[in-house]
Amino acid sequence: MTIRLENVGRRVDGAMHLSGIDLVLEPGRLYVLFGRTHAGKTSLLRVLAGLDRPSEGRMTENGADLAAVPVPSRNVAFVYQQFVNYPSFSVGENIAAPLRRRGLSAEEISRRVTDVARRVQLESFLDRLPGQLSGGQQQRLAIARALAREASLMLFDEPLVNLDYKLREGLREELRGLFRQGRQIVVYATTEPEEALQMGGTTIVLHEGRVVQQGPAQEIYRKPQSALVASIFSEPPMNLVPARIEADRLRIGTLSIPRPAHIPAGLQGECRIGLQPHRVRHAESPGAIRLEGEMLLAEVDGSSTFAHFTAAGHPWVARIEGVHALHPGTAFAGHVDPRDLYVFAADGALVAPAATGGPVHG
Amino acid sequence: MTAIQTFVPAAAELTRPKRTATRARIFSATLLGLFLLFQALPIYWIVRMSLMTPNNVLTRPDFLPVEPTLDNYRTIFTDPSWYMSYVHQISYVALNTVISLAVALPAAYAFSRYRFLGDKHVFFWLFSNRMAPPAVFLLPFFQLYSAVGLFDTPWAVALAHTLFVVPLAVWILEGFMSGIPREIDETALVDGFSLPRFFVTVFMPMIASGIGVTAFFCFMFSWIELLLARTLTSVDARPIVVTMTRTASTSGMDWGLLAAAGVLTILPGIAVIWFVRNYIAKGFALGRV
Repeated sequence: MTIRLENVGRRVDGAMHLSGIDLVLEPGRLYVLFGRTHAGKTSLLRVLAGLDRPSEGRMTENGADLAAVPVPSRNVAFVYQQFVNYPSFSVGENIAAPLRRRGLSAEEISRRVTDVARRVQLESFLDRLPGQLSGGQQQRLAIARALAREASLMLFDEPLVNLDYKLREGLREELRGLFRQGRQIVVYATTEPEEALQMGGTTIVLHEGRVVQQGPAQEIYRKPQSALVASIFSEPPMNLVPARIEADRLRIGTLSIPRPAHIPAGLQGECRIGLQPHRVRHAESPGAIRLEGEMLLAEVDGSSTFAHFTAAGHPWVARIEGVHALHPGTAFAGHVDPRDLYVFAADGALVAPAATGGPVHG
Repeated sequence: MTAIQTFVPAAAELTRPKRTATRARIFSATLLGLFLLFQALPIYWIVRMSLMTPNNVLTRPDFLPVEPTLDNYRTIFTDPSWYMSYVHQISYVALNTVISLAVALPAAYAFSRYRFLGDKHVFFWLFSNRMAPPAVFLLPFFQLYSAVGLFDTPWAVALAHTLFVVPLAVWILEGFMSGIPREIDETALVDGFSLPRFFVTVFMPMIASGIGVTAFFCFMFSWIELLLARTLTSVDARPIVVTMTRTASTSGMDWGLLAAAGVLTILPGIAVIWFVRNYIAKGFALGRV
């Protein structure tokens, strides 16, 4: 079944939650709903599930209007960010609950329960109550209940966000495998660009209730349509600095460099350049621009160091591999390959993506 | 060197708080003991009286029961006007508890989950029922129940009590229900549960302690209420609280018999508290008790 949203919007007490959403969701595909908090991800998922009604626009399934179909008779599964299970049912009964409601035969139910429990590695806990499981197991149970449904539309609202790092990695890997086998529509909401990149599928970027770009995550990362997408689809946000393109120079603040070759010929005037924080190198390399300035703040994040510094009259962020002792107030020089620069027009539209393909994560 | 210097005064200081702690413990234990003694003494006294003949009750001030006998209890369990009083009282208390819960559960769910026109006003209005003393409602209830033929039945007292118990029940249950995340309701809806089935099989077990606490309060109000029970019954449905007070005024003072009836009236309350004590503790932690 194909779900089509046409100009769907939702207002609550005058506040706009969703606006002008046009989407086509096709079976067997994975859609990653990406956006910052309050971008409208949960609102969109709830509208898709039928829990909230769109206040404008149409939502159809194979051409039939979905608005009239009551939630219990829709073929939808929903996994929340919180671990939502039926606390008075055993693990096995939790997985079986939606199947029983759909009137499946006892053999079919037990077959599916054992099958799904094995896939999420809960087969030895079938008789326990959800309260006796760890957080990761509880979320796996919620996912198992959604999988057992074999619903044609599966909605995941940041399902991994309340889990610790190790569990997340493992469970994300499991989910990707599970999604690959299915014929259903999977919609998976996340706030992390990294997760969108790892999940694959089609990424839909939401911002303030609107779809600002959609396509494969890699493509969104390489060719963000606007400075807005570039800055939200990057963690930490992409450096966006006003610049000026001249006949054979590019002026970034007080810095003037030879015009990079990937800027389309004939283009001149005010613009903004974008630079991924991880593309700022600590080490010198031939042909690199030197961003010389002063350290403001350094944060160490496990394996890399975030260096906030000023150069060419603007603040920058660099993400440098490894742990470095960088002290505020000392001199700092970042080295940037000019081919790594994105160029956005003054209104934010992408003019030239970075010329370097390379690995997405530096 | 410095380590030793700092250690010595620290050790001296350690003993002082310990001594005050012991003294405080003795003090609080004494206070608690006195309190329990005052609480238990009347109960002991009624048990003592219930085991004595009327004559001995009036003449012997001994601490222990004099010539203990179970005659008083024997009278209660053989005389229908006594034991049927218990049956009447238990039946209207049970009716009241069941009706109140049956009404308050859906009402509390509505207040907790939905927004509707005037929801807050209705919630407050429910409470205003409790602000009037039961005596205010004596006359209308008496007239009304006489007119529809409910007078002197357990239903009369049970229904009259629900007026006071339902608001409290709604309020307590609403607190418990609002502690359960809405996502559970929505998940059940998405999973294909109908609302009644979800309510009974998923939701009610989640607020079991709240229901226990609410049932306890319904029971307690109805079990100890005298005024309505006395006005709305005469002979056929007379409860024990009424029988006891009427016996005291008409047939002289059979202190021993009254004491035995009193002991038997305390017992169900103790039993109910025993069963719900864990729920009550949970209720204090979770809801609105």
